[in-house]
Amino acid sequence: MDILIVLEESNGQIHRMGLESIAAGQRLSDEMGLTAGALVLGGNADGLADQASKYQLGEVLKVKDALLESYSADGYSEAVKQIIDQENPTYVLFGHTYQVRDYVPRLSAKLNKPFLVDNIAIRVENGQPIFTKQMFNAKLSADVKANGSGPFLVSFQSAAFSMDAAVAGSASIRESTVQLDAAMIRTKSEPPFQEEAGGVDLTSADIIVSIGRGIGKEENIPLAVELCKALGGELAASRPVVDSGWLPSAHQIGSSGQSVSPKLYLALGISGAIQHVVGMKGSKNIVTINKDPDAPIFEISDYGVVGDILEIIPKLTEAIQALKN
Amino acid sequence: MKIAVLIKQVPGAESPLQISSDQKWVDESAVAYVMNESDNYALEEALQIKEAHGEGEVVAVSLGPERVQKTVREALAKGADRAIHIKMDTVEAIDPLVTAGHFKNPLEEENFDLIFTGLQSDDLGMGQTGVILGEMLGMTTASLVMATEVSAGNIKVKRELEAGWFQWVSLSLPASITIQSGLNTPRYPSLKGIMGAKKKEIKVIEGEGTDAGQSMVKMYLPQSEKQTVMIEGSADQVVEKLMDAFRNNVNVL
Repeated sequence: MDILIVLEESNGQIHRMGLESIAAGQRLSDEMGLTAGALVLGGNADGLADQASKYQLGEVLKVKDALLESYSADGYSEAVKQIIDQENPTYVLFGHTYQVRDYVPRLSAKLNKPFLVDNIAIRVENGQPIFTKQMFNAKLSADVKANGSGPFLVSFQSAAFSMDAAVAGSASIRESTVQLDAAMIRTKSEPPFQEEAGGVDLTSADIIVSIGRGIGKEENIPLAVELCKALGGELAASRPVVDSGWLPSAHQIGSSGQSVSPKLYLALGISGAIQHVVGMKGSKNIVTINKDPDAPIFEISDYGVVGDILEIIPKLTEAIQALKN
Repeated sequence: MKIAVLIKQVPGAESPLQISSDQKWVDESAVAYVMNESDNYALEEALQIKEAHGEGEVVAVSLGPERVQKTVREALAKGADRAIHIKMDTVEAIDPLVTAGHFKNPLEEENFDLIFTGLQSDDLGMGQTGVILGEMLGMTTASLVMATEVSAGNIKVKRELEAGWFQWVSLSLPASITIQSGLNTPRYPSLKGIMGAKKKEIKVIEGEGTDAGQSMVKMYLPQSEKQTVMIEGSADQVVEKLMDAFRNNVNVL
């Protein structure tokens, strides 16, 4: 097959970003006239293969091996390399998940073939795909191309393609094997855990007041808390605020925190790095206040104010309190 | 314990970014450079491991033109023992395989127990160099690390997974680890450190160009995905207009 889409498991299902990469693969396959198939591996390969076979794909490869039952960078990079050697695809597609970030660079080094990461779009020009990626923390966009001959490894940013765009169909399942040896796997993983179980649930909030680096210092947090109370919303933050220890990580929005889609997302002093945006892009109304007119968050905002949040927040709080009284 | 920390010099969060005339990169003359944020955390973690063990060496390694020596000196001032500067002027080399390739030989000769890199750079954001280098040097690898525990021949790391999940992973040494921001509190250089840094060694190695597997076609300003209504005026006027939008358009008041 020409396009191999590598799927990953999340709670017994194909990871959402895997479905998105099926949509991407189908599109690339249509536009370039290439065949596409999927690869599933790991402890639940049977279940994932059944799910993947319900999409319009040439075929679904499944690899079952005791050494792949739990994830390891050593095991997964070697297994996918062997499958690529067997199948010789030109493009190998992935969702840009944390697991992919952990092992696919190893795979790239093993193959000595480039890994074009975290793309937000793809288009075909003169028979060659051009990949679009954000750079400089989303302040600039870049079109990137692969050189030489494949296989080329390509990952897509969360929501770059809609999983609803993945076309249903019926694909045959083929079992494939890899040669692994226990000594190859030099790491030992413990079970995943959640740090603050039962913490703050931001996913059901209608109104979220979210603060970023622009809040300046910890002493300014109460300003945002007051505004949040006045609006009757939940307080959230981008990563720098959590990294600085100003708010617990349970308040973090983004790829390593929670994903939300409230009626109002008020972004205060947040620049809009990719890792944050993937967690709030689906909000119904995004209102941004930031002193930097070039902050990338304005591009996804419904309302934007270029201004000083420390000056505007107290006045806004006051106006809301006055209205509610 | 001998630890290499890969340090990248990148445009600061507040730096102006003008796209260069060939549209392949930014105009570097307008840029204010700083140490890449997650590299700063990686350096701090290495220094803390060395201090906790009471012995060892932390070596800052940086790739880039002459200007990166300023950032290298900053790493030395914070406590790195010495530095290696792989000198390379090409700015458009975006392929992490090429980048990691520059580090391979200089690091291989040194036989490091650990290589620390920041999770990703604030310019290219490829997030691959440390892991690729681990494979090239036959090391174990782990990414997005939020805590480390080093013991004889082994490192245990807390990996960040998605949506607030974590996992502890044990790796045999040597290991190449990519460090996530926020796992420690990076120190500021002391005056004594700044003075001492001037006497520390920076070994300069000339880098060599190689063919890249991926290259830049064009850089441009992102296209806005929405019609953003920009609200202007004094703080009072802005508040008035926001209140109007909250009440009549967003319907939250």
